[in-house]
Amino acid sequence: MGLAADTTAKFSAYAHPGRLVSTDWLAEHLKDDGLVVVESNEDILLYSTGHIPGAVNIDWHTDLNDEVTRDYVEGEAFARLMGSKGITRETTVVIYGDKSNWWAAYALWVFTLFGHEDVRLLDGGRDKWLAEGRETTREKPRPETVDYPVVPRNDDAIRAFREDVSAHFGKPLIDVRSPEEYTGERTHMPDYPQEGTLRGGHIPTAASVPWSKAANEDGTFRSRPELEALYLDEAGLKPGDDVIAYCRIGERSSHTWFVLKHLLGFDSVRNYDGSWTEWGNAVRVPIAVGTERGEAPASSSRS
Amino acid sequence: MSETAIPSALAEIIDDFNAITERERLELLLEFSDELPALPERFAEHPELLERVVECQTPLFLTLEIADTDAREVSLFFSAPPEAPTSRGFAGVLAEGLDGLPAAEILAVPNDMPDRLGLTRAITPLRMRGMSSLLGRIKRKVAEGLAA
Repeated sequence: MGLAADTTAKFSAYAHPGRLVSTDWLAEHLKDDGLVVVESNEDILLYSTGHIPGAVNIDWHTDLNDEVTRDYVEGEAFARLMGSKGITRETTVVIYGDKSNWWAAYALWVFTLFGHEDVRLLDGGRDKWLAEGRETTREKPRPETVDYPVVPRNDDAIRAFREDVSAHFGKPLIDVRSPEEYTGERTHMPDYPQEGTLRGGHIPTAASVPWSKAANEDGTFRSRPELEALYLDEAGLKPGDDVIAYCRIGERSSHTWFVLKHLLGFDSVRNYDGSWTEWGNAVRVPIAVGTERGEAPASSSRS
Repeated sequence: MSETAIPSALAEIIDDFNAITERERLELLLEFSDELPALPERFAEHPELLERVVECQTPLFLTLEIADTDAREVSLFFSAPPEAPTSRGFAGVLAEGLDGLPAAEILAVPNDMPDRLGLTRAITPLRMRGMSSLLGRIKRKVAEGLAA
């Protein structure tokens, strides 16, 4: 179903090569029927300054997050959003965005919560498309509204809540934040001072693998051997492991989730979107500080 | 503080924002981003003279000059890259609304002025705080400049 996969040699080594497309592939297929290109950025105005011709904009904050509860939209709102962007259940969706695809990966993860089958990332994202001098436009497409079925969101397979993390001790956790956030030296990302938490540090036993290590300078993903060296050799993951990744609000860890799930082929990977802004503010949860991973709490079977 | 503490040029901009829909407000903010004046040569060639507003998520730099007159008019200078249109847009609002005004009028702008643009739903709280920080930084630099 959907458009034929990009056969770029680099992708063929990944577990699910069909989840990535190159800028060359996208440029060639831009006008194909059955394809919708979605831009998703941190900055809500960035799309409007110029985007890939025909691409629609999906904003993580106003489109994908519930306005009141700290949660994602439900099936009806998602169906309305998809329909309004010209996306049917069968559409091949290619998502790209700023900052090495942070928000694009986050959007892809939310699409996956609704089981949208054919959703792919543009390797290198917005920056690579621009760096290659490819065409952009400010002209906004006006897609005809189409029908998208109301599908209940399924959080079980790829989303972890705080209780799941508490019950997970003994199995691998990956902390994808900066080293300073991991040790507890700072409670926020460099340059993002206001989104702080009351406590610094990391979830005990979590391995530190900053998300950016999975990306090249140009925003593309590192090759499979490089990713294996990083996550298997250095962080100690083993094939078949049940893994939870987290960051500060779940966007950087979506990037890592994509790497573990689709590029390295781990079956069971969940993104803890509550992340440090929940854990670091929660009462009586265990926290480790410093560069050591720390011990699993004795009562790890209770939440 | 009261509404009357908002200088008229800025009050007009706030009225413009509030007269339109949220989607249009974002487009208006983009226009301010597009129209943010480029730095004059003396600053463009010496970016080290600008101060980074560290509270903003994306690079945003600021400097100002206070005239040696009775009114102490303030000239504002901003710099932000094109990939940071929201920061640029807000800098553009302040440039158009405050540039050239007497120091006392700038100091009287209420700190919650950014919240009055009607963007608090569309723009994340983190970014809104970045905007407030920019205004706060301007006011602090003006106060320091007057004291110097």
